[in-house]
Amino acid sequence: MSVPAPPDLNERFPCVTCSEFRGDTRLVVPRDDLVALFKFLRDEHHFDLLVDLTCVDYLKYRGAENRFGLIYIVGDSRSAARLTVRTFVNEPDTVVPSVTSLWRGANWLEREVWDLFGITFDGHPDHRRILLPEEFTAHPLRKDYPLQGLGERHNFPTITRGEA
Amino acid sequence: MPLVAAQSTADIAHNDLRDYVWTMNFGPQHPATHTTLRLVLKLDGERVLDAMPDIGYLHSGFEKIGEHLDYNQYVTVTDRMNYISPMANNVAWHMAVEKLLGIELTPRAVYIRTIICELARISDHLLSTGAIGLDVGAFTFFLYAFYQREKIYDIFETLCGARFTNSYTRVGGSSHDITPLVVEKIRAFCQDFPKTIDDMERLLNRNRIFVDRTKGVGLLSREDAVNFSATGPVARASGVTRDLRKDEPYLAYADLDFNVPCMKTGDCYARYLVRMVEMRESLKLVQQAIENIPSGPFNVGIDERTALPSKQQVYQTIEGTISHFELVMANRGFEVPQEEVYCATEAPNGELGFYVVGDGSDVAYRARCRPPSFINFAMFPHLIRGHTLSDIVAVLGSLNIIAAELDR
Amino acid sequence: MAEGGFAVAVELPENVVISKLDELASWCRKNSLWPMPFATACCGIELMATGASRHDLARFGAEVFRFSPRQCDLMIVAGRVVMKMLPVLQRIWQQMPEPKWCISMGACASTGGVFDTYCVVQGIDRFIPVDMYVPGCPPRPEQLIQSIIDLQDKIQREGTIGGREFLATQRQAPKRALVELPVLQPANALVRKA
Ligand code: SF4
Repeated sequence: MSVPAPPDLNERFPCVTCSEFRGDTRLVVPRDDLVALFKFLRDEHHFDLLVDLTCVDYLKYRGAENRFGLIYIVGDSRSAARLTVRTFVNEPDTVVPSVTSLWRGANWLEREVWDLFGITFDGHPDHRRILLPEEFTAHPLRKDYPLQGLGERHNFPTITRGEA
Repeated sequence: MPLVAAQSTADIAHNDLRDYVWTMNFGPQHPATHTTLRLVLKLDGERVLDAMPDIGYLHSGFEKIGEHLDYNQYVTVTDRMNYISPMANNVAWHMAVEKLLGIELTPRAVYIRTIICELARISDHLLSTGAIGLDVGAFTFFLYAFYQREKIYDIFETLCGARFTNSYTRVGGSSHDITPLVVEKIRAFCQDFPKTIDDMERLLNRNRIFVDRTKGVGLLSREDAVNFSATGPVARASGVTRDLRKDEPYLAYADLDFNVPCMKTGDCYARYLVRMVEMRESLKLVQQAIENIPSGPFNVGIDERTALPSKQQVYQTIEGTISHFELVMANRGFEVPQEEVYCATEAPNGELGFYVVGDGSDVAYRARCRPPSFINFAMFPHLIRGHTLSDIVAVLGSLNIIAAELDR
Repeated sequence: MAEGGFAVAVELPENVVISKLDELASWCRKNSLWPMPFATACCGIELMATGASRHDLARFGAEVFRFSPRQCDLMIVAGRVVMKMLPVLQRIWQQMPEPKWCISMGACASTGGVFDTYCVVQGIDRFIPVDMYVPGCPPRPEQLIQSIIDLQDKIQREGTIGGREFLATQRQAPKRALVELPVLQPANALVRKA
């Protein structure tokens, strides 16, 4: 259940814009205010649960102005109140401040976004790939990476009966 | 920002200079991990100093494939995401799509979905409690649990023809209506199940070995649970009361009477107990819902242009024929707004949400799943630090990690 | 065992049967299969169900699941195998002692199934030898049981004591699909700057 944005939001963060769709309240925040906004939401409005953290690659999206949109969904642990916070980044400067200092649960979520989208998180304590092998070089959830991959999945030695 | 060169998991393990510390590899193919996950452990004798999970051994590109299958086809993939309770995933996916499209379900569909969700919850908790029993040495308990799971498989098979890769829901309804035979089987199950759950509780709740091995193991405080984004039974065993079924009543949960079990201790035993009690509550929900199931159509009407019309409508009315063709023909499908929504349900493991981005075509632009297993497993190192090697299986069992959902 | 009598010069006492050594060995092997459950995904749940109460694999003499490859002679690959898992699979296969067999259970293990994606191996038979394919997504427990019965049959028919059947050349020929689908580039040359 989404709730309206906090009333004192705009005086504290004048550059945050707010929109609504099907009852979801969505805030768009510039990247530099991200951590401050989350601190404000967490400490003063009790949005203490980081529900989800993900990314969308808008490369082929009609009318999109930015390449990557990061999506943070924050919630309240005592109710089902929920807010969606978005921020946009573009190549080549795909660095976003990490929120692991606020939520330890963000650790793996940020690693996953790095793995699949190649967004770098500034200040992350353990910035490694998480799902794909460490030798992998591409970021497969980007829209310019094909579904079938670039042949990595065929790239193994074959074991025959004779050798085994 | 200078990016630290990716260190391999092995490097980190060997960086420790204390020479009595040794490193052990656990998995990825190990009976206690149930599926495929790997842990690199740092041990001081039997005591675990640190654990480094290494996941991704089942990463199969679910989210990428979601960008290539249409809204109805993707339901087959959500089955395979959490194969312990696929129905709950089907419902979660289509609830998100319906929110995006702004479709209101028929009352019958709402009740059908509530029933299958709760049956899925029972079957998940049967397997997860059964597996924790199995891991700490109670094999009989596992067989009791698995026998009841087979009954739920039977119900699902009668309902839609598959044992557990059901793909049952559709945008705006489901693939089949619930038949009298299914209702009868569910009633029989409701009659039968309390006996088994009594037996299961008698077998394990006061079993000395089991209690010794789970009580006080893997402690998670309320603050940590919230800080690590835990949800579901894991969080509720630590004193978080958040349950979307109560706090944000979706489907028919507002009409039905049930309790949300919570505990404060936050150890493996508490997580086990919460799951056991939740099964009873789910059973209560199924019993209420199956007796009050409304009549009427189980799919939304043809005006919505999302669910396939019935055969009778296709053959006998012109609207039916047209809408059938519109839906089946390539490049037609239904109209989706160019918007994004997040919609969450309380799946057996925790909050299971889908973030769907629509771009006007009938294929999602992005289908992100918020996987409860992934987020719960992230706190594993925190839970295991300081315990012994043999506690690993108890903690893993109590978190109920499902590899396909973990890695997607 | 030996079917149809054949003439021997010596009178045989009662309860003595003459057979070939190969057949005797195969007969012993086929009835003591020890499966190694390589369960990765959903098919693993059906594999569990096959071993559990209702379907009871023990009726066919193949219920001794061992998780150590050194003790097993039948690998059941249940579920999809992805890039990160394949080296593990090959290693486990190599650790199993001869003679050994492999059942590929489910669409994913056999062909990749619905997951035609960047990281799922499109059929484990490209990388390790497979004796039986079980179709289905997931196969029902009855199908798996049937495949084990068929495998026992095959062991009885083809088995030799020295394992000569494993050396047959046609098994070693590379799979057609592998010839058709060449590796594009070595993996570490795949740096793609988007
Ligand atoms: S074949 Fe089907 S059931 Fe088996 S692992 Fe693949 S997706 Fe799962």
